Amino acid sequence: MTTETLTLAKALGAGLRKAMEDDPKVLIMGEDVGKLGGVFRVTDGLQKDFGESRVIDTPLAESGIVGTAVGLALRGYRPVCEIQFDGFVFPAVDQIISQLAKMHMRSLGAIQLPVVVRIPCGGGIGAVEHHSESPEVHFAHAAGLRVVACSNPADAYTMIQQSIRSADPVIFFEPKRRYWDKAPVEMDLAAAPPLHQAVVARPGDDVTVLAYGPMVKTCLEAAAADDERSLEVIDLRSINPLDIETIMASVRKTGRCVVAHEAPVFGGFGAELAARITERCFYHLEAPVLRVGGFSTPYPPSRVEEQYLPNLDRILDAVDRTFGW
Amino acid sequence: MTDTNGVEGLDRDRLVWMWTQMVRVREFEERVKRTFEEHPGVIRGHTHLADGAEASIVGSLATLRPGDQLMTTYRCHGYPLVLGTSPKAMMAEIYGKAAGLCGGYGGSMHLTDVSRGFLGTSGIVGQGIPQATGAAYAAQIRRQGQVVLCFFGDGATKQGAFHESLNIASLWKLPIVYVLENNNYNVVTRVEQEDANAAAGEPLAVKARAHSMPGVTVDGGDPLAVYGEVGAAVARARDGGGPTLVESKVYRLSAHGNSIAPPGVPLHFPEHEAITTFGATEEYEAAKRGDPVPRFRAKLVTDTTLSPAEADRITEAARTEMQEAVEFGLESELPKPEDAVKYVYA
Ligand SMILES: Cc1ncc(C[n+]2csc(CCOP(=O)(O)OP(=O)(O)O)c2C)c(N)n1
Ligand SMILES: [Mg+2]
Repeated sequence: MTTETLTLAKALGAGLRKAMEDDPKVLIMGEDVGKLGGVFRVTDGLQKDFGESRVIDTPLAESGIVGTAVGLALRGYRPVCEIQFDGFVFPAVDQIISQLAKMHMRSLGAIQLPVVVRIPCGGGIGAVEHHSESPEVHFAHAAGLRVVACSNPADAYTMIQQSIRSADPVIFFEPKRRYWDKAPVEMDLAAAPPLHQAVVARPGDDVTVLAYGPMVKTCLEAAAADDERSLEVIDLRSINPLDIETIMASVRKTGRCVVAHEAPVFGGFGAELAARITERCFYHLEAPVLRVGGFSTPYPPSRVEEQYLPNLDRILDAVDRTFGW
Repeated sequence: MTDTNGVEGLDRDRLVWMWTQMVRVREFEERVKRTFEEHPGVIRGHTHLADGAEASIVGSLATLRPGDQLMTTYRCHGYPLVLGTSPKAMMAEIYGKAAGLCGGYGGSMHLTDVSRGFLGTSGIVGQGIPQATGAAYAAQIRRQGQVVLCFFGDGATKQGAFHESLNIASLWKLPIVYVLENNNYNVVTRVEQEDANAAAGEPLAVKARAHSMPGVTVDGGDPLAVYGEVGAAVARARDGGGPTLVESKVYRLSAHGNSIAPPGVPLHFPEHEAITTFGATEEYEAAKRGDPVPRFRAKLVTDTTLSPAEADRITEAARTEMQEAVEFGLESELPKPEDAVKYVYA
């Protein structure tokens, strides 16, 4: 077993590199991914080492990028598309939701589309709308897509490789404000949990806190800051499919649950979680499942984003409120 | 009006006005850029500067009449400035302040001044093009002789929205002029890497042919040339002759935008991609030597339209004006977070 200390961006790059070495059918395509190595430098050095036919600087055309990836996948390739920022995925939504998600079923399984669409997501870097959004729920709602979000360098390295190996399309969310976070990364893929398994990021007894992507770190900080209650933080890692068993085991133990995500609370993924937990753990719950998230506004200007993004205080406040019933 | 430069409709005052606007845009952009060093943390997120495109912007906007409209990209500081929007309100907007043009809610990429016909911008590349086309349809059915200018970059022409729009505009003979500001780059990708016409050695204006409309290429560093081509297209559009695609060749003198960095790390403007990624230092230096602002000054001074002393006075006045804009922006209050919910719905 070897470990290396990497930033999340570098861990993704290392995972992509490994996937390309392991399988010559893996291709990378996107805007500025080649010569520049992507605006966040995730694909740094890959074009130099694997050539321009495997790491492709595409025209500025998201629909074209994902649609072309579908065609490549139809002919046996495993394309990994980079969407430069979250808000730029919408021009490609037809290809993703109306095509990519549906072709397996409509061909009765004759067609497999192992396409990965990587999307840097979330706020916290002072950028505005289109550059700070959390569009995961649109994709989680489209059956046929697998939707995952990494939260730390170790998972970034393994989850990107597992996503590329998946026979189904994967929408892969990357927490952009965590790209620069460093942590040890276990380089042996065999040691990793399965792609769609949730993990207990910090064990606890009193309240279950559910998060994925950028909010996991915030929830871990909240758990560390709370010296009265013991918070169990679960990193969902995958929101479709959802590892409900891990969630249920925790909530049945704690009887209380708070969900945190950056996307607006209204119609957000927390609503699905709250409903599921209520259905499956009703008699164990001491309080309703509470949600912490963004407000129902377009992503606000950078000067206001600190108030918009769920922080430690808002998470702990929700934790407090679960004791108010 | 007297024709002093072989360009119809431009008298001395108008020519001096054009150069003045170019200087104001340049000074404004310089001050945005300097803010990153002089006042770290004041600008967050993304800014994109128009230095190098001043002649193209001013030459295009000089063709408009009151009541005409335009839509642009996120590289949008130049246009409203020329239309008369207050630089104080613009700088405050870029600084994210409540006294900004849009209360701090638009930011650098989304300046909007509807009262002056500046209908807004799109941070999503290419998506303003159909909207401008819709505004042109409104102009057509209102029959008041208004036209719409639609600005976008070379990269944007790779979006389906561009082609959908040109087809609609040509089919319906809409009063719109599409100004394609070809600066050779989209972010760090060069146009010949990502545009089939450019790769084939053809001008991007040939895209017009697929949509059966006129397409012309013009030196976007020369405000009079731009005025001539855009002016002819505007006149045709006003007369019911339909749309035109004008490819205006410009060179952006700054990097695509400021750096992207983790929370708390100060942002800055890196060097131009020609140098950092392509090692094309000479390409960049040549563009600097051809800088449209001094170039037009030299022309006006040579033909005695403008005296050097007057040119200096204009530059000095622009500096003072933009200094005041910076001060205003710095002093303004931040928006109140709770106000965000006020503006979500009408
Ligand atoms: C749909 C979409 N994809 C990607 C981006 C990221 N992006 C912002 S500007 C830009 C380059 C645009 O190039 P061009 O249209 O030539 O305009 P320029 O910036 O050169 O003025 C890109 C890729 C975006 N804003 N929107
Ligand atoms: Mg460009």
